[in-house]
Amino acid sequence: MARALLTGNSAAAWAARLAEVDYVPAFPITPQTEIVETLARWIHTGEIQARMVTMDSEHSMLAAAGAAAATGARVFTATSSQGLVYGFEMLYVLAGLRAPLVLVNVSRALSHPITLEPDHNDVLAARDTGFLQFHAESCQEVLDSILMAYRLAEHERVLLPAIVNLDGFYLSFTREAVEIPEPADVKSFLPGFEPAYPHLSGPAPLALGAAVLDPALYTFFKYQMHHATENALALYPEIAAEFAGRFGRRYGMIEEFMLDDADYVIVMTNSFASMGKAEVKRLRREGKKIGLARLRLIRPFPHREIQRVLRGRKGAAVIDQNISVGKGGILFSEIASALYGLPDRPPALLSFIGGLGGRRFRPEEFDGILARLEAPPESPEEIARPYLLFSDEECRDVGRYFSVASGEEKSHEA
Amino acid sequence: MSLPMMKEESKSRSVEAKREGPKLTVKDFKGRVDPDWCPGCGDFGLLAALKQALVELELQPHEVLTVSGIGCSSNLPGYVNAYGMHTLHGRAVAVATGAQLANHKLKVIVTGGDGDGYGIGGNHFLHTMRRNVDLTYLVMDNQIYGLTTGQISPTSIKGMKTKSTPFGSVENPINPIPLAIAAGATYVARGFTGQVKQLVELIKGGIRHRGFSLIDVFSPCVTYNNDNSHEFFKARVKKLEEMGHDPTNFHAAIDKAYLWGDAIPIGLFWKRTDLPSLDELEPVLAEGGPLAHRPLGVSPEAAKALIQVLM
Repeated sequence: MARALLTGNSAAAWAARLAEVDYVPAFPITPQTEIVETLARWIHTGEIQARMVTMDSEHSMLAAAGAAAATGARVFTATSSQGLVYGFEMLYVLAGLRAPLVLVNVSRALSHPITLEPDHNDVLAARDTGFLQFHAESCQEVLDSILMAYRLAEHERVLLPAIVNLDGFYLSFTREAVEIPEPADVKSFLPGFEPAYPHLSGPAPLALGAAVLDPALYTFFKYQMHHATENALALYPEIAAEFAGRFGRRYGMIEEFMLDDADYVIVMTNSFASMGKAEVKRLRREGKKIGLARLRLIRPFPHREIQRVLRGRKGAAVIDQNISVGKGGILFSEIASALYGLPDRPPALLSFIGGLGGRRFRPEEFDGILARLEAPPESPEEIARPYLLFSDEECRDVGRYFSVASGEEKSHEA
Repeated sequence: MSLPMMKEESKSRSVEAKREGPKLTVKDFKGRVDPDWCPGCGDFGLLAALKQALVELELQPHEVLTVSGIGCSSNLPGYVNAYGMHTLHGRAVAVATGAQLANHKLKVIVTGGDGDGYGIGGNHFLHTMRRNVDLTYLVMDNQIYGLTTGQISPTSIKGMKTKSTPFGSVENPINPIPLAIAAGATYVARGFTGQVKQLVELIKGGIRHRGFSLIDVFSPCVTYNNDNSHEFFKARVKKLEEMGHDPTNFHAAIDKAYLWGDAIPIGLFWKRTDLPSLDELEPVLAEGGPLAHRPLGVSPEAAKALIQVLM
């Protein structure tokens, strides 16, 4: 086992290497590009045996990925943000083809306005497609999640593609110490992909993607996919346990941080959860009974785990690093639905929006969140409303940008 | 095959001799922010040529729209004092088509790179030329994906070693000039950012031309493409006008477009003025002026009449 300082992108490439992927269709997009460049380099030096094709767009990249996975090849590809939504129609197609490839998404907020910084409106747009979704907090978790994702996706009772998500910049370009497992250990955890039904390379030719104009038949296939995600939920604990046994790192569907005696719980995802954990630690030092639950598995949605982690608490605050415009936080809605009808659900379940376009959280915001949990608003309307985190200082900065745009003030570069 | 040329003045309603407002200078077309391109980037040459062309055509900023996709060069609309739209990767000509049909008096200039226009936007590129939409498309062709820091693009030469092709590209590049001529573009030119004077004339010609104008511009990337540098082109480019080329000669245009090596032609390859642009074929646009300037909505009387019909 080697230990190295790897970026999140590099960790993703290492996972593809260790998974001995056969085929990598590629298209560059910031902040993902380093992943496919790293794989291109290893193919060139002969360190991996995969084949790579540079495509003309993410749409054709995903189309190629799906066809290759249907032949029984182990397929890996990566994209980000606009690339994911440009290839969006293929996401439904790949899931419908039951093509169990792994797609890494390096989260980056969507246009317009254009930015390169992360939030999760890109990856969460894919939540209804049939892709499994793992969201990672650290570079190590990126590597490990990709291996686990292949294992789960390729399982005969699942056969669905998977997305492994990491935050652009915060993980993609940040180096952390990462354990790179021994190839032989990975091979025994994740043997070669031997599908029972290799559609395009078996002895009996099969046509894929046939039209089913019968509503019952269409419904049947969609229900099958949903049942497959239920199977994935049931299979997850044993795969995670096997992973922990072999590699020593245990990954629940939800990571529980300082939750044991917590009255109040903050729910977050991805790399910004590290900022949340630091604030939880600080508030603990100040004597507050607060903890953090980090959602790792977004699809299938672990509702029973959500119930287990949140029941009996005095309050929970969901911090969504996304905004469903016209509704609020996506994960807040999902968590609220998981708690509905639970007699001992937290009496206060509050929604906060933050971290859009890479906006960093401020320590005092966590004090504010805790204060609001301790004394939640009384009107039900106010409770359901998402609280949009923004500071006075940011208001002033925005005002400055506006005066540059309107010509009242020159930008420093002009 | 030579095609009959129509008198440009009679066909063109593009630039009227008399304009309102003072005569502008290049400075008036300068945007509020400075380019973030690398020092030495070819795109500076195109930006200068574009502003100079707008001045020489005596256009006012409100008469011009620049539309771009994604890429280093697609940041251009922010650097020009005119209407601007920075859209999505590959989508610029589609957006520009909408703008041109909504306001066909506007000079719509599309700016972007080779990856944007010939790769991910290739489908829009083809069909916009086929429709002969009255756009001027300036492609800053650096034969590399620059914004994502150096991977092969659709115009990268075969064998080029980049970060995505350390083994050397195995693909044949797109040659946009014959592609555009065959697809139906009616003004097809190639420029070089090291020849700004000629580039200004090519851009002016493209803006004046009614129909789809493609100007593929060698705009060397100083950071990620060492093969096709400023020096590479400087030593090789040869002006078509000095080669005795007749831009109404279809076969000569195609032949010249395939020249690559010691002499790479730049200038106007192909022009025909006998085909109407898309907005001229749309009867709704023939009278009443641009849609954008017509009164919006339905009058109360017309609405009442319509409701009576439906009832």
